[in-house]
Amino acid sequence: MMAAPAVSSHSTMKSSHLASLTPDWMNNEVLTGTSIMAVEFDGGVVVGADSRTSMGVYVSNRVTDKLTRVTDHIYCCRSGSAADTQAIADIVASHMELLEVKLGDPPRVQIAANTFKEICYNYRDQLMAGIIVAGWDKAKGGQVYTIPLGGMIVRQPVAIGGSGSTYVWGHIDAAYRPNMTKEETVDFVKNTLTLALTRDGSSGGVVRVAIITKDGAERRVFLHNELPQFYQG
Amino acid sequence: MVEENERPQAGFQFSNFGRNEALVARGFQMPKCRKTGTTIAGIVFKDGVVLGADTRATEGDIVADKNCCKIHYLQPNMYCCGAGTAADLEMTTQMMASQLELHRLNTGRQVPVIAANTMLKQMLFRYQGYVGAALVLGGVDKYGSHIYSIHPHGSTDRLPYTTMGSGSLAAMSVFEARWKPNMELDEAKQLVRDAIAGGVFNDLGSGSNIDLCVITKDGATMTRPYDVANVKGQRVGKYEYKRGVTEVLNTVVRPIEIVSETVKVVSEEDMDTA
Repeated sequence: MMAAPAVSSHSTMKSSHLASLTPDWMNNEVLTGTSIMAVEFDGGVVVGADSRTSMGVYVSNRVTDKLTRVTDHIYCCRSGSAADTQAIADIVASHMELLEVKLGDPPRVQIAANTFKEICYNYRDQLMAGIIVAGWDKAKGGQVYTIPLGGMIVRQPVAIGGSGSTYVWGHIDAAYRPNMTKEETVDFVKNTLTLALTRDGSSGGVVRVAIITKDGAERRVFLHNELPQFYQG
Repeated sequence: MVEENERPQAGFQFSNFGRNEALVARGFQMPKCRKTGTTIAGIVFKDGVVLGADTRATEGDIVADKNCCKIHYLQPNMYCCGAGTAADLEMTTQMMASQLELHRLNTGRQVPVIAANTMLKQMLFRYQGYVGAALVLGGVDKYGSHIYSIHPHGSTDRLPYTTMGSGSLAAMSVFEARWKPNMELDEAKQLVRDAIAGGVFNDLGSGSNIDLCVITKDGATMTRPYDVANVKGQRVGKYEYKRGVTEVLNTVVRPIEIVSETVKVVSEEDMDTA
């Protein structure tokens, strides 16, 4: 994803001799140049993400957790501006917490996803956020909703997002099969993200995965040496 | 007596922003902000956290303050290192310190570090990056030891070790090489010192002394300065010529002749005291 323009206070520093020595990345907004994905399977969803957060060319966090909890049974994958997506996720999480108290029942994934959409759409000119909402509820089971930049929302059995996703659309089409088991789905996510983060410069680090079923979320981390080996050229 | 509506408002003011933008558009050279080209860092160790900072404040390429304090107080169990615009950092940390104190008084409990993190990120996000504050927040509460890095746009990361400011690359390389879990206090202090020293020596925006702040469950101790990285050397020799060393080649004596002498009496009326 493209870097946002530098904040205006920096422009007054342009004439300074020292400012010219300041590395360019310091003027960039913190972005999660990202590979994220979510896949539905029978009984739940698997969400996954890489762990790189960058400011321009500097990796400001190499162990980021882009799989953010919204409720015990709903997670979101964040891509775009780190500040924007964290703020949105915090707001939705607070809404859902309140809703759970009001309803006396865990909120459904569709409600959480629509809350995300409402914010992303209403503030689409000010935000840079591509979010995948995924989770499990007793009404519809495992669900994946993707909310790209403009604030659209659509349910998909498999969704990918972030800068790294451009490299793996073909792999998704080739390797996705409906009715996969849990472990097959985890492998599919792991393979797809590995392909994405080895080709995308602004994705990298470890692969984080969360499996959300009726029992809640199970977290897994795949370190560099635990990732599958593809063609290394 | 100051009128009620003339009393200065508390907090940040952006009332001159539009005017200043218009002036800049017409080619006015804006005065420079005092920005702290900085190295700040924080790590988690066995019993708590160690925060570190250099002490140089810069105004463009001028060193504006050779011994400024970049580790700010938030709560007895919480301190915060700042990089970015000095004025914004000062205001941000002071306002946060007062809000956290009110929070402590209201709840009657020690404020958790994550509360400060949330309040800071929500404030910075609201200002959309125009408050130029990059922070390393560190503290100890009943949930454990925490280090957060907070960026000006309002994104935060919880990490076991982090660095910020123009010298952050130099400092981070030290951490990436030597940080490990469950370090002892002395080892942790030495590591943070070395990380800041990395910034002091390899980044033009950082320099002078190294401040440290150690926070454990028993409280915080600020050491300022912890280390003076650049001690001014003692002059070894005397670089003056001794008397009589220079050879006298010739001497000419010219007596001053008094040609005339006038005494001007100034009367009191004539004196101009303007």
